[in-house]
Amino acid sequence: MGLVQLQRQLVDYRTSLYDEGFLDEQFTQLQELQDENNPDFVVEVVSLFFEDSERLLNELSKALEQQIIDFKRMDARVHQLKGSSSSIGAQRVRQLCIVFRNYCEAQNREGCQKCLQQVKHEYSIVKTKLESMFQLEQQILNAGGSIPV
Amino acid sequence: MNWFINGEFKDPKAGLLGDSGDKMWFKCWDEISNLSFKIHHQYYQFIGSKKVCKSWWRKLLFSWIIGWTLASVSIFCYMSSLATEKRKETLSSMCDERARMLQDQFNVSMNHIQAMSILISTFHHGKTPSAIDQETFARYTEQTAFERPLTSGVAYAVRVLHSEREQFERQQGWTIKRMYTLEPSRIQEEYAPVIFAQDIVSHVVSLDMLSGKEDRENVLIARRSGKGVLTAPFRLLKTNRLGVILTFAVYKRDLPSNATPNERIQATDGYLGGVFDIESLVEKLLHQLSSKQTILVNVFDTSNQSYPISMYGSNASNDGLEHVSHLNFGDPFRKHEMRCRFKQKPPWPWVAITTSIFILVIALLVGHIFHATVNRIAKVEDDCHKMMELKKQAEAADIAKSQFLATVSHEIRTPMNGVLGMLDMLMDTNLDVTQLDYVRTAQASGKALVALINEVLDQAKIESGKLELEEVQFDLRAVLDDVLSLFSGKSQDKGVELAVYISDRVPEMLIGDPGRFRQIITNLMGNSIKFTEKGHILVTVHLVEEVIDSIEVETEASSKNTLSGFPVADRRQSWKGFRTFGQEEPVHPFSDSINLIVSVEDTGLGIPSEAQPRVFTPFMQVDPSISRTHGGTGIGLSISKCLVGLMNGEIGFVSIPKIGSTFTFTAVFASCSSSSKEYKSQQINSQSNTVSSEFHGMRALVMDPRPVRAKVSRYHIQRLGIHVEVISDWKQGLSIINKGDSAIHMVLIEQEVWDRDLNCSDLFINKLEKIGHGTPPKVLLLSNSVNSSSGNVTTGACDLSIVSKPLRASMLAASLQRAMGIGSKGNPRNGELPSMSLRNLLLGRKILIVDDNNVNLKVAAGALKKYGADVVSATRGSEAIDLLTPPHQFDACFMDIQMPEMDGFEATRRIRDMEHNINNRIQFGELSVDAYNNVSNWHVPILAMTADVIQATHEQCQRCGMDGYVSKPFEAEQLYREVLRFFQ
Repeated sequence: MGLVQLQRQLVDYRTSLYDEGFLDEQFTQLQELQDENNPDFVVEVVSLFFEDSERLLNELSKALEQQIIDFKRMDARVHQLKGSSSSIGAQRVRQLCIVFRNYCEAQNREGCQKCLQQVKHEYSIVKTKLESMFQLEQQILNAGGSIPV
Repeated sequence: MNWFINGEFKDPKAGLLGDSGDKMWFKCWDEISNLSFKIHHQYYQFIGSKKVCKSWWRKLLFSWIIGWTLASVSIFCYMSSLATEKRKETLSSMCDERARMLQDQFNVSMNHIQAMSILISTFHHGKTPSAIDQETFARYTEQTAFERPLTSGVAYAVRVLHSEREQFERQQGWTIKRMYTLEPSRIQEEYAPVIFAQDIVSHVVSLDMLSGKEDRENVLIARRSGKGVLTAPFRLLKTNRLGVILTFAVYKRDLPSNATPNERIQATDGYLGGVFDIESLVEKLLHQLSSKQTILVNVFDTSNQSYPISMYGSNASNDGLEHVSHLNFGDPFRKHEMRCRFKQKPPWPWVAITTSIFILVIALLVGHIFHATVNRIAKVEDDCHKMMELKKQAEAADIAKSQFLATVSHEIRTPMNGVLGMLDMLMDTNLDVTQLDYVRTAQASGKALVALINEVLDQAKIESGKLELEEVQFDLRAVLDDVLSLFSGKSQDKGVELAVYISDRVPEMLIGDPGRFRQIITNLMGNSIKFTEKGHILVTVHLVEEVIDSIEVETEASSKNTLSGFPVADRRQSWKGFRTFGQEEPVHPFSDSINLIVSVEDTGLGIPSEAQPRVFTPFMQVDPSISRTHGGTGIGLSISKCLVGLMNGEIGFVSIPKIGSTFTFTAVFASCSSSSKEYKSQQINSQSNTVSSEFHGMRALVMDPRPVRAKVSRYHIQRLGIHVEVISDWKQGLSIINKGDSAIHMVLIEQEVWDRDLNCSDLFINKLEKIGHGTPPKVLLLSNSVNSSSGNVTTGACDLSIVSKPLRASMLAASLQRAMGIGSKGNPRNGELPSMSLRNLLLGRKILIVDDNNVNLKVAAGALKKYGADVVSATRGSEAIDLLTPPHQFDACFMDIQMPEMDGFEATRRIRDMEHNINNRIQFGELSVDAYNNVSNWHVPILAMTADVIQATHEQCQRCGMDGYVSKPFEAEQLYREVLRFFQ
């Protein structure tokens, strides 16, 4: 595949991510923070986000399996998840987190469980999407091209 | 009422009250005043305490009624006793009068009889032979009977001893007879035969007076005492009426007054007796007196106390009032008395009855009023409680509404921040002047939207009186330019001309609250533009003194002479009611205060007169459909009014439906030149300053026949330092240019003038080009039309630069730059300012970022690193405390608020405590300054990082010692503003 084609594919793919609402302008800002001094900034942040989120999601699943649920703790975790997802611009996850927090406040176990499933689902989608985007970028870099803005 | 009257008469107290009547009145009065005082007292207490003591009032009312009932009863008793007393007095005086008269007449008769006894002793016994015989005596007594009106007859009996009886009988020619039986008298020691008698009693002649039991006693007593003696009353022989006999003794010689009874008996010659007819006597007497009908008179002989003998009058018993008068008839052995009674029973004491009833009725009425009042008060109190309850509910609803608004506004603010951020970034890119202006407009609009949201929050704040004005230095003209650009898009769409005119006398820089001032203007202009479809909106700013003094402002208000030629509402009407203008001395007493008067005049729909009174009421719109067609919350004007009030100003308006409205307000600002205080200067996009220098000293012509519009144009062009002349037509323009005293650099022509006569304008352009003073002046068209604003448009035959309205310094400068071909490249781009400055500010600074969220931490660190800062990250509050324990090298700290274990507030509080402690110890020399990097006052700036930029958080930030806050994710301008405060 030609370099130009790859580049176009990346731009299209990225645009689709924005259009379908997986990402928002925060991600753009993130990309802007990346420069020569800090070439892998986005990847670093995003992988940090993955790590963090997976840990949080695991903890949340465990917490929900308990007989007695500590909703306050859950709320704090969801708040964290919301913060990090908004930081990288994963806006669907962020919005689900807002709903999730409402359920936590209402101490609604079923709602929480449903939300957790949805969050997990959205998270895995955005993870896949981002990973494939990074792959694409890597391919371009490997081919000696630059990443279009 | 019957019960009452009947009750009165049986009242046993009636008698007691007579004497103490006056005292009682005083007591009553005291009681009344006491009572009324108490009532007042209680009333106030009642009002004061609000705790109703209903039963207390009942008792008071009850005792009031009882008290007054008793009072009226006693008044009645008092008055009726007075009446009785008076009656008694009348009776006694009448009775005494009668008794005295009776006594007098009786005495007169008695004296006469006594005189007669002397007559007899002189002429009968003193002469021998006697000068009186029966015939003489009868005639004499008959003729002198009028002297003794009370005696029915007089007789004289002589004392005859038994030894002289025979001689006496022989001499008289009859034997002495016994009384009643008329038999010859039995042998006695002595006799008292009647020898003379008045004709009326001639039957008693020859009767022995000593033979009758009563007469005998009388005679014996009379001669012993030498005084007139009366018998007990008895039935007279002939008339069968009650009478008494008076007996006098006749003595032989004059006796001394102290003669003994025996001497008197020895000296006795005879006895003179008179019959008194008491009954007729009294009757005659009563006939002589008036009001004999009203009283009954009885006369009694009470010599025997236990058996009084009635001498006159009926025995009809009457248990009513009776008066007894004693009679003295000169007989010491008999006592007589007169008893008088009224014939009628005493009349009803009507005066007393009516008076007491009247008082009672008044008291009852007053009681009723009290009762009604108490009930009323209780009812009002109840209603008041209900109202309070409702008010509480309403307020709760209001709070709920405010909370809802706050939440919603917060949710809107977050995406808006995104929009604004993007615009910020857009300004960082390479844009030409027009694009930059669009972006700026978009940004300004976005900010206005955020401002609107803040407005909703403001309303709540104003309502709770928590709003305070800033005092910063600001450029009024720049503020108005900003507002103008905010509305320029809209006004161009509608084809409404927008203009601002600020008087030259208004100082460049003022001290006040530009945000709030702008808010007022934005509100007023926003309304104007909403309701104006054609014509213009003109904002004018003057000094108050100027408006009062100058006639110029007033003359321009004539209906034709307006900005767009449409009639407007006379703005002078809008400030008619202002206090400032009513004062003698309108200038504010402080010399450094600037009184501004700002008018916003439009040619819109106007406000219907029925809606005018509630224009400043929150959430009031002319009618509900307005908000559907024009949008808006309806609180803008009410906020404006409050804000104007806070600026010590007033707001007013005048509006004529279909013609337009003019809103005017005044505001007091401080002038900044005379103020020695240091005000933090507000960062403003003062484009005018950056561009004004390059046009300085140039000359321009403005061709505009309409003075108001020309004035506005001149104002704006002059702001760039250009000297302006206004001309009204082509010819004038040419003549000025031809004179050529000094070069005219540009000619600005109103589009209206241009379009009117294209031929003329072509001609004008041609002529201009032929003039040979160096470069010909540039011709620019002042246009309100949005279509032509994009740049150079061919109008007619030639190329013209278009200056699109509304005129404002930046846009005008840009247009002129383009037209004149100067400096468009070399201009520093405005949008670079924050990010460049941020880089300058943050380069090399050591900053600590505390956030529990790794991702956020990384992003924030990345952002700050981009600006050149040296970033250290920490994920816990405790870690931050360790790192920030002095001595340290950090220049600032950004702290997340929501963190587990220890949140940002708590961490900050601890850091502040720690710093405070160390500062104190350094101050007291316990610690050496050297060990602390020679810093004696540790205070690291701590900024909160938060996604919730709400007021409560902001206040909390300050309370726990934070220096400010930045929103997450970072917004360049805000970050710059906050960081600027520490890194200068």
